Amino acid sequence: MTEATTLTPVLTKHWDAERSWTLATYLQNGGYRGLRAALAMAPADVVTAVKDSGLRGRGGAGFPTGMKWGFLPAPDGGPRYLVINADESEPGTCKDIPLMLASPQELIEGAIITSYAIGCDHAFIYVRGEVLHVYRRLLNAVAEAKAAGYVGENILGSGFDLEITVHAGAGAYICGEETALLDSLEGRRGQPRLKPPFPAVAGLYARPTVVNNVESIASVPAILEAGADWFKSMGTERSTGHGLFSLSGHVARPGQYEAPLGITLRELLDMAGGVREGRELKFWTPGGSSTPLFTAEHLDVPLDYESVGKAGSMLGTRALQIFDETTSVVRAVARWIAFYKHESCGKCTPCREGTFWLDQILQRLVAGKGTSEDIDTLLDLCDNILGRAFCALGDGATSPVTSAIQYFRDEFEAGTHTPADVLFPPERSSLFTYTPRRGAGQFAGVHA
Amino acid sequence: MSVESTPSAEGAAVRRGAYDEATRARLDADAAQVVARYPEARSALLPLLHLVQSEDGYVSPAGIAFCAQMLNLSTAEVSAVATFYTQYKRRPNGEYTVGVCTNTLCAVIGGDAIWEELSDHLGVGHDETTADGAITLERVECNAACDYAPVVMVNWEFFDNQTPASAVETVDRLRSGEAVAPTRGAASVCSFKAMSRVLAGFSDGRADEGVGAGEATTRGTVLARERGWTAPPFPAAGTTQQSDQVKGS
Repeated sequence: MTEATTLTPVLTKHWDAERSWTLATYLQNGGYRGLRAALAMAPADVVTAVKDSGLRGRGGAGFPTGMKWGFLPAPDGGPRYLVINADESEPGTCKDIPLMLASPQELIEGAIITSYAIGCDHAFIYVRGEVLHVYRRLLNAVAEAKAAGYVGENILGSGFDLEITVHAGAGAYICGEETALLDSLEGRRGQPRLKPPFPAVAGLYARPTVVNNVESIASVPAILEAGADWFKSMGTERSTGHGLFSLSGHVARPGQYEAPLGITLRELLDMAGGVREGRELKFWTPGGSSTPLFTAEHLDVPLDYESVGKAGSMLGTRALQIFDETTSVVRAVARWIAFYKHESCGKCTPCREGTFWLDQILQRLVAGKGTSEDIDTLLDLCDNILGRAFCALGDGATSPVTSAIQYFRDEFEAGTHTPADVLFPPERSSLFTYTPRRGAGQFAGVHA
Repeated sequence: MSVESTPSAEGAAVRRGAYDEATRARLDADAAQVVARYPEARSALLPLLHLVQSEDGYVSPAGIAFCAQMLNLSTAEVSAVATFYTQYKRRPNGEYTVGVCTNTLCAVIGGDAIWEELSDHLGVGHDETTADGAITLERVECNAACDYAPVVMVNWEFFDNQTPASAVETVDRLRSGEAVAPTRGAASVCSFKAMSRVLAGFSDGRADEGVGAGEATTRGTVLARERGWTAPPFPAAGTTQQSDQVKGS
């Protein structure tokens, strides 16, 4: 038996410090050493260091971060941009928002190093508009960094100049898709673009652009300070380093747990006090609602990109939403699909129409009024969306449906005769006691 | 709203939806600052729409015309963008947007119950405003605070670990004009218009208010300290030694 994995606080190390969000606190705890190390190197060597670390995108897709930087074409004298995706909206995902609230300078320092590495003199942080205090903290963090000479002209005497603009979105899940985000940042509807060309070649204002997730960028300073080998000493061979694991739902102590990639849910649940008292794990998401569901049989799957993939899901954003046996999987999936339907941008037919059809069928299964063909129709619909949608939103919408049918087919069959709230009274899943008001099959809160 | 049909004293044709001169001058100055943040002017459209909401409490016809003029767009182009995003309101919003997360995780562990309670208590449904203009109730999607579920947002400040009773208390206090503090956020919730001005990129000086993190955010941090768990030590400067494997596989 291998030794139990322990937590490895790097990003989270000082999140409980007094006034943790200030530059002063950040500097007291070793902040901006990574930037000094980077500025002493040639930009290309900074890219190499991040490539060597094996850091992979922490926003869900897991693409190697340094390689993404390396895709930018050779400088042609025109602008190149860094755009940080802080539009954290994937259901279950709750790591970047607390990072930016508690310690925004980690992101700012990473943004400066990355900009230096790729030859960018104007970086953007696109944060979702629905987190007012996070936006305040980011504006303040840039102002503090600027006043201290970390942002602006001739940073720390290096001759490197950088402006950072913090941009608030306005409510649209699709803007977490990198090309939709770029369109939104250009002042348009947030709809995804056809790729290629990829943002590295034609991104913001059709210029070479790197789009990276908040946690990816925030992980860069320590790599520059401590080295690629230090980073690789955590995690697995192909899934290196530390990552934020976000536990939520029916768990005793939900929260952020920073651990090496490859830790298991069993280990994390142990740290978090287990599933809430007297209950058992029924199903969970390894990386948000767009990653196929897992069950108790997957408790020992190492949470790294390869192992989760091999087990039939995706590591995604390490958003571990835990549901116990009181939960109706049909209700859970129906609500996620209502979300995808609401957030589908409408650009492509498979997603726009498919999510509406999925929603209609799932609503009647929730109400116990499904037909005997409904399961086949759901699977057929998913087959027509997956791989045919314009972007990953449509693909993601099929994940909860197909995986839930795979593991809990009998519950969908029960939806042809019994309402979900009869099979699984919702007050048993709730964290507090209450008496539901609505009649059978009528869950509140479904988007029209 | 007053901007919708202001008859001009001079009798000159004032188009429906134009700002008076003083308002326009003030907004022009704000807009110039917003546009200056971007290499290309059109990028200012989202913040300018937030700015319009800070003036009118929604995306008004005057505001659409204003954005179009500032950015050299047609009003149709501006409307196309404004109608895409859920935070832009097409009718005057209440003083406080109260959003109950009813995405799956929050819904299952109590969000649906909170929604039912608030909707009944306030007598309004989704995207509807109480008659006193205080509260616009919304179902909202996942707001990245799942470790604090069930979550309610008031003017996009976090109210964590809510119950039907706590949510009702919050809206009652808001309606009676009391200052109400979010769990993680500023010392008190500001108005919809004040919030919109911040989202347009104008600091209200409140970043230092409130906590850095809630209990769930620091659970791993605290647990690691209790157990003596750390990341591998940083190698001494200038060395490239390999640290011990933390997780071998």
